[in-house]
Amino acid sequence: MHSRYEVVIGLEVHVQLTTKTKIFCGCSTAFGQQPNSQTCPVCLGLPGALPVFNRQVAEYAIRAGLATNCRIAPRSIFARKNYFYPDLPKGYQISQFELPICEHGWLDIDQEEGERKRIGITRIHMEEDAGKLLHDGNRGSRVDLNRACTPLLEVVSEPDMSSADEAIEYLKQLHQIVVYLGICDGNLEEGSFRCDANVSLRPFGQAELGTRAELKNINSFRFVKQAIEYEVERQADLLDEGGKVVQETRLFDADSGLTRSMRGKEEAHDYRYFPDPDLVPLVVDESWIEQVRDALPELPEVKRQRYIEQFELPEYDAGVLAAERTLAEYFEALVALHDQPKVCSNWVMGEVLRALKENEVAIADCPLPPALLAGLLKRIDDNTISNKIAKKVFEAMWQSGDEADTIIEKQGLKQVTDTGAIEALIDEVLKANPQQVADYRGGKEKLIGFFVGQVMQKSRGKANPGVVNQLLKQKLAG
Amino acid sequence: MSFSQMSIRQLQQALRDGKTSSVALTQACLERIAATDEQINAFVTVCGDKALASAAEADRQIVAGQGGPLTGIPIAVKDIFNTAGVRTSCGSRILENYVAPYDATAFARLREQGAILLGKLNMDEFAMGSSNENSANGPVRNPWDLERVPGGSSGGSAAALASGQALATLGTDTGGSIRQPASFCGVVGVKPTYGRVSRYGVIAYASSLDQVGPLTRCVEDAALMLGTVAGYDPADSTSVDCPVPDYLATLEGGVKGMKIGLPREYFIAGLDPAVKQAVEAAIKVYRELGAEIVEVSLPHTDYAVACYYLIATAEASSNLARYDGVRFGVRQAGDGGLVQMYEQSRAAGFGDEVKRRIMLGTYALSSGYYDAYYLKAQKVRTLIREDFLKAFEQVDLLLTPVAPTAAFKLGEKTADPLQMYLSDIFTIPVNLAGTCALSLPCGQDGKLPIGLQLIGKPFDEASILQAARAYEAETDWHQRRPPLD
Repeated sequence: MHSRYEVVIGLEVHVQLTTKTKIFCGCSTAFGQQPNSQTCPVCLGLPGALPVFNRQVAEYAIRAGLATNCRIAPRSIFARKNYFYPDLPKGYQISQFELPICEHGWLDIDQEEGERKRIGITRIHMEEDAGKLLHDGNRGSRVDLNRACTPLLEVVSEPDMSSADEAIEYLKQLHQIVVYLGICDGNLEEGSFRCDANVSLRPFGQAELGTRAELKNINSFRFVKQAIEYEVERQADLLDEGGKVVQETRLFDADSGLTRSMRGKEEAHDYRYFPDPDLVPLVVDESWIEQVRDALPELPEVKRQRYIEQFELPEYDAGVLAAERTLAEYFEALVALHDQPKVCSNWVMGEVLRALKENEVAIADCPLPPALLAGLLKRIDDNTISNKIAKKVFEAMWQSGDEADTIIEKQGLKQVTDTGAIEALIDEVLKANPQQVADYRGGKEKLIGFFVGQVMQKSRGKANPGVVNQLLKQKLAG
Repeated sequence: MSFSQMSIRQLQQALRDGKTSSVALTQACLERIAATDEQINAFVTVCGDKALASAAEADRQIVAGQGGPLTGIPIAVKDIFNTAGVRTSCGSRILENYVAPYDATAFARLREQGAILLGKLNMDEFAMGSSNENSANGPVRNPWDLERVPGGSSGGSAAALASGQALATLGTDTGGSIRQPASFCGVVGVKPTYGRVSRYGVIAYASSLDQVGPLTRCVEDAALMLGTVAGYDPADSTSVDCPVPDYLATLEGGVKGMKIGLPREYFIAGLDPAVKQAVEAAIKVYRELGAEIVEVSLPHTDYAVACYYLIATAEASSNLARYDGVRFGVRQAGDGGLVQMYEQSRAAGFGDEVKRRIMLGTYALSSGYYDAYYLKAQKVRTLIREDFLKAFEQVDLLLTPVAPTAAFKLGEKTADPLQMYLSDIFTIPVNLAGTCALSLPCGQDGKLPIGLQLIGKPFDEASILQAARAYEAETDWHQRRPPLD
């Protein structure tokens, strides 16, 4: 929030889709290949080549549309956006203009104090990406067209956000959704999820929108915040001095944290959109929409609510576990095998996430599948081992991939519940610490912790702490 | 019968019977090219050695009893078709050294059926023109009168055929570019229904209007060639998955009982008397053959040329954006800047007519003008299409002249683009309607051929071919050859 002006933010997000092949040809979309190795006459824009639409892209767009409460157009049209640039081999980009595939959607974002705010989604349209220019010092610029014709969705929001934080909330939620839907890898650094922000200010109470600046080149959530906050201040200062905001595109510079004008020819563009005569209208019938809807995964927001209700998890746990689809799947597989949701949640959020992070492993590649972890939790539950020993066993399982029972057996970690053996240890401890025994009996009952610790140490952690506690109390009382 | 009077099917038989060989036919064509093309200028590339090697291979196949209906037949294609390994310059300086790495589908289908590629044919730059005078390779001359144009934009395709340089050719027709040159050169030319033949690999002029078709010496050859190139192509989203009938099977069915419509808007003042007389004589032939002749109306005909020059140029302005000096065209250094490089490369690479149409089209699509021009033109286009569909509720096909006059003189219309545009007045509406039509010889104005246009229902090429064949069987116009040599 700004003290003098109302901030108005609309976001345009480019979501790179994970289809195996490009939107208008059969070339691979693999990232990081030799320049121009993933190309054909179509994506090179060779004379005479024609685009053929990859219907998987429409399916992904429908998924995104349904997940963001959009209306799916029964008939949508591809249009050409005409402009010259060396990374655009045809001299136009195939996009959608007048009839996009999705319109009139929304997302609810969290605000402070549990409030929710609805952010409108104007439209989602499909388009092809451009290539990349590689600037090569003295040798000039080179063009890599591997990325040309890669499928993108452009998700355009209404100007409904009024702070950088709201923008971040919206972006994070959208990001979570597209990754959840399996349509985007969500990689911000590689440009799979790119954001442009339209920012304008107006005096509080004014209905008319102020002149906006479009901020480009923002490739992390942190930078979105920086860029918007810088821009808000810049425009506020301008207005305070009686100046005017110019409608323009501004590039965010991550090094300085500033936005700078790209003013010039960029602004004079008339894209001369018109329907692409090489492509036929895309017809989406109701049965296709229903088919996609039926196959839609449970979305993070719904899942979070379900975890709270069905598993009685704290809101925090539910949020963490539902945030990532593969993590949620892991958690639910674990609960299916070990019906103690909170225990499962503690282990997943604790040991599992920690180990993944330390070893830089993704949850999808977790060396400890839910079945193995469930085997470990079972041994805590039936008192074979303590929680503390269990963490040791977890480490060993992580390293070896062995079952919990194998490790417990091999390393002799089985918890001692035999009262005779434990009594013997207690007797040793009491004998060795006569002063503490006397103090305890004299009323210093806090010393029970000390005795428990001593016995556990002697058992090398294997004694059942509950049994130790109980027997100690009996012996000390006697 | 000399080979030059034989149809492709008859020649195939002669090849199979060992009466001639593909090498001999190919050699004869190459010799004819060598003897006449200095005057005609129909070829921009002749691939003699390749053609002879392919012909030798075809002869081996024929001896072995293999091959298809076109095996060993020397043909040539307009320089707008991509041919892997053979230069494709599209009549433009900007593509003067361009060699495509892949074949256009239509050409690939001919090649797969055994046709021998003699070379590439001259054309108006990017298929923009009605006289073949807009070529970076110089104008093509009409074999019937070297002072006259062969028509355009497929001028090379028609002139090569009329000169006996090739046995069949491929052209493209966006507003009459197959039919008008066929008419001017006295050969048969078919503009199939939009979507009938794949556009893949054909350099685009106006994507929603461009269509590939054959030019041939007789209707039977046209049926054979069309049957070979037609059909759905998954690489062209606008090609239609509609079965291709056996055009040869129905060719001799006659016109008895056919209903032929004469659109009154096509028989107007301004129609050259010789053309009018020839077309009327053709109508008489049809009547005698048992066809029923009725008058029909295509009320929006007057708007067709204006509508065409908005839609075609708008699409062209976008289609030709890729020739920017970055990947295609001779790159001019520019004065340091990218924009200057674009401007100078395009200024040097494109000819005047192409520039004119790019500017027209860019204007028509510009914000603030789009609704008044491009969108309005699309609405008019719908009305024109409806005119045809309505007429086809009453008749099986339409009969009209192809062009208001026979071939005009070189330079006669170059100074007045509007006059030039009007020479396509009878062919343009067919492209806007997206339906099929053909041109066949039906008379002469002095020594100059006159063409008759038959327009068919969408995807009913079979009927117009059948009707054309019925006329051809009664007349000898198609057998006449220009007095070259």
